[in-house]
Amino acid sequence: MWKNRDVISILDFSREDLEYLFEAADKIYEYLISSSVPRLLEGKVVSLAFFEPSTRTRLSFEVAAKRLGAITIGFSGEEGISVAKGESFADTIRMLDAYSDLIIVRHRYEGAALYAAEIAKVPVINAGDGKQHHPTQAMIDLYTVKRLYGHIDGLVYGVLGDLRYSRAASSFILALTRFSPEKLYLISPKLLRAREEVKMVLRQAGIVFEEVESLEEVIHELDVLYVVRIQRERFPDPQEYEKVKGSYRVTLSLLEKRAKPTLKILHPLPKVDEVEPRVDNSRFAAYFYQAKLGIPLRMALLALILRGEV
Amino acid sequence: MEKNEGLLVRRIREGVVIDHIPAGRALYVLKLLGITGREGYRIALVMNVESRKLGKKDIVKIEGRFLKPEEYNKIALIAPTATVNIVKDYHVVKKDKVVLPEVIEGIIVCPNPTCISRKPGEPIASKFKRLSDKPLRLQCMYCGAIVEEEDILKSIVEGSL
Repeated sequence: MWKNRDVISILDFSREDLEYLFEAADKIYEYLISSSVPRLLEGKVVSLAFFEPSTRTRLSFEVAAKRLGAITIGFSGEEGISVAKGESFADTIRMLDAYSDLIIVRHRYEGAALYAAEIAKVPVINAGDGKQHHPTQAMIDLYTVKRLYGHIDGLVYGVLGDLRYSRAASSFILALTRFSPEKLYLISPKLLRAREEVKMVLRQAGIVFEEVESLEEVIHELDVLYVVRIQRERFPDPQEYEKVKGSYRVTLSLLEKRAKPTLKILHPLPKVDEVEPRVDNSRFAAYFYQAKLGIPLRMALLALILRGEV
Repeated sequence: MEKNEGLLVRRIREGVVIDHIPAGRALYVLKLLGITGREGYRIALVMNVESRKLGKKDIVKIEGRFLKPEEYNKIALIAPTATVNIVKDYHVVKKDKVVLPEVIEGIIVCPNPTCISRKPGEPIASKFKRLSDKPLRLQCMYCGAIVEEEDILKSIVEGSL
């Protein structure tokens, strides 16, 4: 059910698909711990087409591919490739399609990954398209919750920050519609509320959600707090950014005073100043663990797409 | 067609009569069909006449021209109530209602400036799926942007087609 699939939006996947992926990731996690990773992708070539600069996502995909024995080719940023000479996105994708077995693509335009998948014969994984989707991040996020709590259903979730421009936040919110959260709080300044097309999916899925402006109001109810930074680079108007920057901050004193002791904070990283550094070493912080799980999850994903099994 | 309409414009010998256009939108229909008036077709435009079905309606008659299948889709976007009559030798030989397809390709421009369908230099056409008919709501299949009836009309009026 996974072989040769494109990964464009988290909504392309059912609950069963995701649970199968998480089981595969658990298996890989064990291989990693026992240093016995099978070279499942020996002889495969994976393209990393990062038209938009990336550190974390690109490196984690690269490590995931190489750990399984694949070769990686690619670039990060448009300088130094033919796009800088005026080559179309479509032509670059055609070239990578001819050179490799799978293309991982990130681009600042929304819909770029879907367009790439229409052009390429090999499977395409969306590693972020503008402000729209970041499905593999959402897979990692849910997998983290699963490993922390043993289940994804029945928990109270808060998503805090730039819900309008953050693709990680949007994808996480959409991913929750595949499960049965008890409640979802969308916490943001009015200007940065989730986009209509995202809320439309929540309503269709019957998810109980509420849009609030203050974290203080709801923090005592939360089991999972998902924090994203304000996406400065996606603001069409810098003045709008000035109005909302620093409009929320998660501090250790707030957490200790008001949060459930079992609350876990997730963050797709990089974080800037929305989480006080003192939180990093507290029992609440789960974001470094979440980043670590990116490797087994992405390894499982690559293996399932290129081989159909782990 | 209602009787009184016959008083305004005479019948055509061969061509197309687009009837039951919502009042005030006949000019947009011509624009969508790429008709400027310089092509030399004999065209009759009737606007804001009484209609039993719609209250008021517009009618467009074009002599010597028929519609391509994709033009039916285009008309459905701005005139979902329209009927298209094919006329041969002064008689209506075919009468069709326009139908908006599930997926609308290449007609309207996505309002999102960072949608891949608007990236300069790419061989790509916009692609929308239909969310609802009344009111008309479409969603860009590339970037997810939702467009409302008003935006669709605006996109057509401003000629960004």
